[in-house]
Amino acid sequence: MNWQDTLIQVLIILGQSLALLVALLIFIAFILLADRKIWAAVQLRRGPNVVGPFGLLQSFADLLKFVLKEPTIPAGANKAIFLLAPLVTCVLALAAWAVVPIAKGWVIADLNVGVLYIFAISSLGVYGIIMGGWASNSKYPFLASLRSAAQMVSYEVSIGFVIITVLMCAGSLNLTQIVEAQNGRFGFLNWYVLPLLPMFVIFFISALAETNRPPFDLVEAESELVAGFMTEYGSTPYLLFMLGEYVAIVTMCAMATILFLGGWLSPLPFAPFTWVPGLVWFVIKVCFMFFLFAMAKAMVPRYRYDQLMRLGWKVFLPISLVAVVVVASVLHFTGTAPR
Amino acid sequence: MNVAAAFFYLFAFVLVASAFMVISSRNPVQSVLFLILAFVNAAGLFILIGAEFLALILVVVYVGAVAVLFLFVVMMLDVDFVELRQGFLQYLPVGLVVGLIFLAELVLVVGAWVTGPGVASAVASAPPSAGDVGNVQAIGRVLYTDYIYFFQAAGFVLLVAMIGAIVLTLRHKVNVKRQNISAQVARTAKTAMDVVKVRPGQGL
Amino acid sequence: MNALLMDYLPVVIFIGVSLVIGLALLASPFIVAYQNPDPEKLSAYECGFNAFDDARMTFDARFYLVAILFIIFDLEVAFLFPWAITFGGLGDLGFWSMMTFLGVLTVGFIYEWRKGALEWD
Repeated sequence: MNWQDTLIQVLIILGQSLALLVALLIFIAFILLADRKIWAAVQLRRGPNVVGPFGLLQSFADLLKFVLKEPTIPAGANKAIFLLAPLVTCVLALAAWAVVPIAKGWVIADLNVGVLYIFAISSLGVYGIIMGGWASNSKYPFLASLRSAAQMVSYEVSIGFVIITVLMCAGSLNLTQIVEAQNGRFGFLNWYVLPLLPMFVIFFISALAETNRPPFDLVEAESELVAGFMTEYGSTPYLLFMLGEYVAIVTMCAMATILFLGGWLSPLPFAPFTWVPGLVWFVIKVCFMFFLFAMAKAMVPRYRYDQLMRLGWKVFLPISLVAVVVVASVLHFTGTAPR
Repeated sequence: MNVAAAFFYLFAFVLVASAFMVISSRNPVQSVLFLILAFVNAAGLFILIGAEFLALILVVVYVGAVAVLFLFVVMMLDVDFVELRQGFLQYLPVGLVVGLIFLAELVLVVGAWVTGPGVASAVASAPPSAGDVGNVQAIGRVLYTDYIYFFQAAGFVLLVAMIGAIVLTLRHKVNVKRQNISAQVARTAKTAMDVVKVRPGQGL
Repeated sequence: MNALLMDYLPVVIFIGVSLVIGLALLASPFIVAYQNPDPEKLSAYECGFNAFDDARMTFDARFYLVAILFIIFDLEVAFLFPWAITFGGLGDLGFWSMMTFLGVLTVGFIYEWRKGALEWD
């Protein structure tokens, strides 16, 4: 391969990456609005409705507002780490999308170890919060970062076990192959959400905790910790934290879609449903998962910290550990394990 | 120069530079952050030699878990770091000795590689060709059956680590009121309430 | 360059592009926004008081224990990854090998449960 071919290939990847990122960020802008609208609807409010029709342009107005705000760095802060923290949060959250297949063959990098890559990236998400909380040199951010670090690591274990159960059924670490393994004659009955329903529930709740969403938002707990690790942040550093948080949420929705809901597969495997492009199904499923996230935020009261740790270590961990053994036994003794 | 070589030098340079910053940084939290950078670059080097599973496990375990513990420790220690650095140079002889031992061992390993005729071929034949099976499959096929004793030993090491951590760090506070969730959930109207008939003028 | 590295090239480019987007967002207010810092604005937030002392204080050793236990379970998950995708072809030995491994760690888990290491107080 000569250097021109390499250059062309790099340019193509560059274009694809840029397209995916821009699409993702625009999607996030509307997901943010949807979050606020759903929350408002549950509380019988209207939500944002001033900027653009139905408030559709609200997120873009917010972006402009953040860019024009005065950035402040606290005098006692460790400046480099203070600014690095939001950047790390945002870039790591975005980086996970390099391996997410949004439709058949539509993936930036089709890694053999895609699941492990996302698992690794999401285990790094804790650093943005620890760094931000520590660098602020302020009491509330510091407390929040400690809490959040312990919280995120606690739930990562059960997410790991849940992912293992799916991998055992699919027999691959490649996200595309995991989706293909759910392709069958019976449409949505082939998806892992039915046989692994308890795992799906644990994954969903752990994902809430892993992304610091309510009811596990003890990191930001406005009533106790002001704004948690983001107390000293404003302007775009704050925006990057928010963006990273929402990108991580959408990543978790996409993971749930790929692992349990058959990714881009059509729920009913016959026409006219199979005419719909895979991308559309994928986006619909991600939106459905996000709707569940938003409803959980609107309906469930915040957990207390000891309850949160109990749920992670004493409920989810044993259940998911037993599930690994049960799923393995069933697959092994019925001889249906993928080779 | 080919792209892989460029990446190798990039990762290697950043790895060495950040390793140097780990020991020379004034703030221990910054040291740990540089350590994380070093780990990530080491993962990059692993990918360059084709060990993608090891690279990602390095990130998951060392960066995602061990470094969090290190951060906790250095954030928790409320030591005066200026005072701590005073006696810094007195550790230099020990450090030099350890460094020399490492160097000697490296020389021995490389020497064995070059001189021993069997060694190089034995190591080179171990990884299966990357084309037909992935990295993870290759490890999975041998780790749990051919290397079963090492695998089980790893399990016992983890067990010992778990027990050791609890024995060393667990201190129970006294007079802590804990929530018993199963008792709360099991409570019904029957066990929680008593309906008492009160006659007029008598009270309970 | 071999096929495996070609798989990772897009990842590097993708992270590069997202880094550029992140940096652009981070830098933009420092360029366009109005800046007029004063000591009150730059002091750490503490409910209207001046900060009493350094915010970085000591904290409960319980966080430390959680981190250690997490490392152990994370390693357990790491061992499970290659097994999960190959155990169909490993036969009975591979299956019971992992079950023994999980059994040993379950003993540890029961120990920490009984010791109250999972209680948060």
